[in-house]
Amino acid sequence: MFEKLSERLEGAFHLLKGRGQITEINVAETLKEVRRALVEADVSYKVAKDFVDRVKEQALGQKVITSLQPGQLMIKIVRDEMARMMGGQAAELNLKGQPAIVLVAGLQGSGKTTFSGKLASFLKRKRSQKVLLAACDVYRPAAIDQLKILGEQVGVEVFSVPGSTDPVHIATQAVAHAKAKGFSTLIVDTAGRLAVDAEMMDEIVRLHRELKPSETLFVVDSMTGQDAVNTAKAFHDAIAYDGVVLTKLDGDTRGGAALSIRSVVDKPIKFVGTGEKSDALDVFYPDRMADRILGMGDVVSLVERAQEQFDAEQARALSKKIATNKFGFDDFLAQIQQIKKMGSMKDLMGMIPGVGKAVKDLDISDDAFKHIEAMIHSMTPQERQNPSLINGSRRKRIAAGSGTGINEVNKLIKQFEDMSKMMKKMQGGGAKQLASMMGRR
Amino acid sequence: MGLFDLFKKKKESERAEDEQRMDRGLDKTRENLLGRMARMLVGKSKVDADVLDELESVLIEADLGVETTVRVIRKLEENVARDPYLKPSELEGHMRKAVLELMEPKSEEPNTVPPTGLKVILVVGVNGVGKTTTIGKLGLRFQQQGLKVMLAAADTFRAAAIDQLKVWADRSGVDFVAQSMGSDPAAVAHEALQRALSSESDVLLIDTAGRLHNKVNLMQELSKIRRVLEKLLPGAPHEVLLVLDASTGQNALEQARQFTAATQVTGLVLTKLDGTAKGGVVVAIASEFQLPVRFVGLGEGIEDLQVFDAQIFVNSLFKTV
Ligand SMILES: Nc1nc2c(ncn2[C@@H]2O[C@H](COP(=O)(O)OP(=O)(O)O)[C@@H](O)[C@H]2O)c(=O)[nH]1
Ligand SMILES: [Mg+2]
Repeated sequence: MFEKLSERLEGAFHLLKGRGQITEINVAETLKEVRRALVEADVSYKVAKDFVDRVKEQALGQKVITSLQPGQLMIKIVRDEMARMMGGQAAELNLKGQPAIVLVAGLQGSGKTTFSGKLASFLKRKRSQKVLLAACDVYRPAAIDQLKILGEQVGVEVFSVPGSTDPVHIATQAVAHAKAKGFSTLIVDTAGRLAVDAEMMDEIVRLHRELKPSETLFVVDSMTGQDAVNTAKAFHDAIAYDGVVLTKLDGDTRGGAALSIRSVVDKPIKFVGTGEKSDALDVFYPDRMADRILGMGDVVSLVERAQEQFDAEQARALSKKIATNKFGFDDFLAQIQQIKKMGSMKDLMGMIPGVGKAVKDLDISDDAFKHIEAMIHSMTPQERQNPSLINGSRRKRIAAGSGTGINEVNKLIKQFEDMSKMMKKMQGGGAKQLASMMGRR
Repeated sequence: MGLFDLFKKKKESERAEDEQRMDRGLDKTRENLLGRMARMLVGKSKVDADVLDELESVLIEADLGVETTVRVIRKLEENVARDPYLKPSELEGHMRKAVLELMEPKSEEPNTVPPTGLKVILVVGVNGVGKTTTIGKLGLRFQQQGLKVMLAAADTFRAAAIDQLKVWADRSGVDFVAQSMGSDPAAVAHEALQRALSSESDVLLIDTAGRLHNKVNLMQELSKIRRVLEKLLPGAPHEVLLVLDASTGQNALEQARQFTAATQVTGLVLTKLDGTAKGGVVVAIASEFQLPVRFVGLGEGIEDLQVFDAQIFVNSLFKTV
């Protein structure tokens, strides 16, 4: 998490205090930490090494501004450089041609078919294209059916040649069909393949040569580890793709592959996949990705907002209570009120890396707290101070008093216990844990 | 004898063959790291920093992760310190040993599988790792053991997932149970278990929809499947296999953590080892969660599944392109 990296950086930088400038000696330890964080985030070993060397050059000699901690300055240099590397040229699709042809390629299970469906929907809705999908995965069982169902869901025609086992044939037929029927864009979904499978790589090269797509996209799973560099390079050597699609970013992976790929092939990431539904497609934001890889997410702004709202004095008193096991339901209630003040629940959780889009499906309504408040209000002051008092008969009374059920009361008490435990653990940080706890309802 | 004991023993000749298939991805330019390091060490009496650096890069690039890599190197350094006259030729053995020791389960895994009667295997994992394909391959394997096998399509979410599993069931001619798309996966599992019991099947393999481990409601759905099975047949599921894609990086650790919390995973399957990815993150997972790797996937064909062999796996980690 952000806390961890920045803490480490502060530690590594204590040397620097009072010197006013970043020098070779005081930067070495810090850069080791950055490199480690990158590798832990699945950035390729070599890419991480090169990256850190470049950052070092930039950092050396920089004046430390008094208002910034040296660690913060270093983080700023690191994340700016990372965002710069992953950013660059505009990421629009090239839709030239009649029809414009988009070829989709990648490893098995990376998410090509799902992406093809999403892209079809996106181009239809947002770019007013008349889209045709071509089903060229003749290998995986039911892959063609899968695309057909997705096409139906988004209202896009799917072209296939029943019985054909030749993707090149299917694709060229699809082009003819698109021309005859006036489709403006053709998206060609292909089978997953390994870069070391010579026969299959030859097939995608032939497809690419025949179709001359205006846009070739390489789809890669954001959870990919060190192998990302090999695969990205091998596919690029074969079909010189124009852009990268990073899938499954609704997970909690740090996504270092994004940086690795960008540094071995210098092609922009044009889309990211953020869910299984057909509209879960987003454009790529380099600065957000940099934060995510560094484990910072929008936690920075979350922390800032939280700081504005939380009274520092109150926070200190609270952490003391947690530490001494005196945290009770009154404090819990106060916490809920604080959270409500900070903004809507979803809003808040949306800023946490890896949680963002996921909360969309979670349906956390802001009056989720109403029942909880009612139950706490039905407790006696003693019970609130010392929740272990709350036995079976007391639970019944609280349920009746608050107009809820015994199950709900049990759940609240369980949640409270979990929360107290967790708060003890996270004292001072760990927004992610808070989120996962809140999500468990 | 437990279900997976059937596959544990392996002849030397078979092992060599397996190893060859696993190397397919690395072609001729591959060089054995151990050989290279041995050369670096010629004329030196001890392992020096350069060699350890090289080893670090190889382990990290095989996805072992920083922490596990550091642990392996520590172990190696300890051994080297203990024996200042360690010969380069002995280094090889030490390195293998260091990784193998991390992967070894602390105690012999308790085999809860009953000697007779139906064995239920639940297969879980994130999207696209190879769950359905693995079940297709396992179905054939068990059937070839003379067992009566049933596949259940509890992925009722992904488009055409049911059809996909049906194709695999037909390929090996095993029984198949499904409901319609969108139906409750726990209900599918329940119906399948009832049918497997009444038809006196030996093995029931249950396919589930891929899900990212941070989606709370979807993970609860898996817990529910588990509970439903348990209720109908105490002791079921006898195995919960978590399928991991060899190309996945450190996030696989989190996958193991969350899926274990939701479904009490008992073993791992590592797929797509026919590519260039090494799958080294399972070293960390095996050591942290005490989970054995049961099988490896080596291709898309129905026969492309092997019983995991730690020796072969560890050897492949040290082979670099
Ligand atoms: N090369 C290779 N591909 C595999 C292997 N296992 C599965 N696949 C492919 O990975 C893709 C996803 O597999 P699937 O079984 O549908 O994954 P699921 O979503 O987890 O059920 C398909 O294209 C499979 O053919 C393997 O061991 N090697
Ligand atoms: Mg599946």
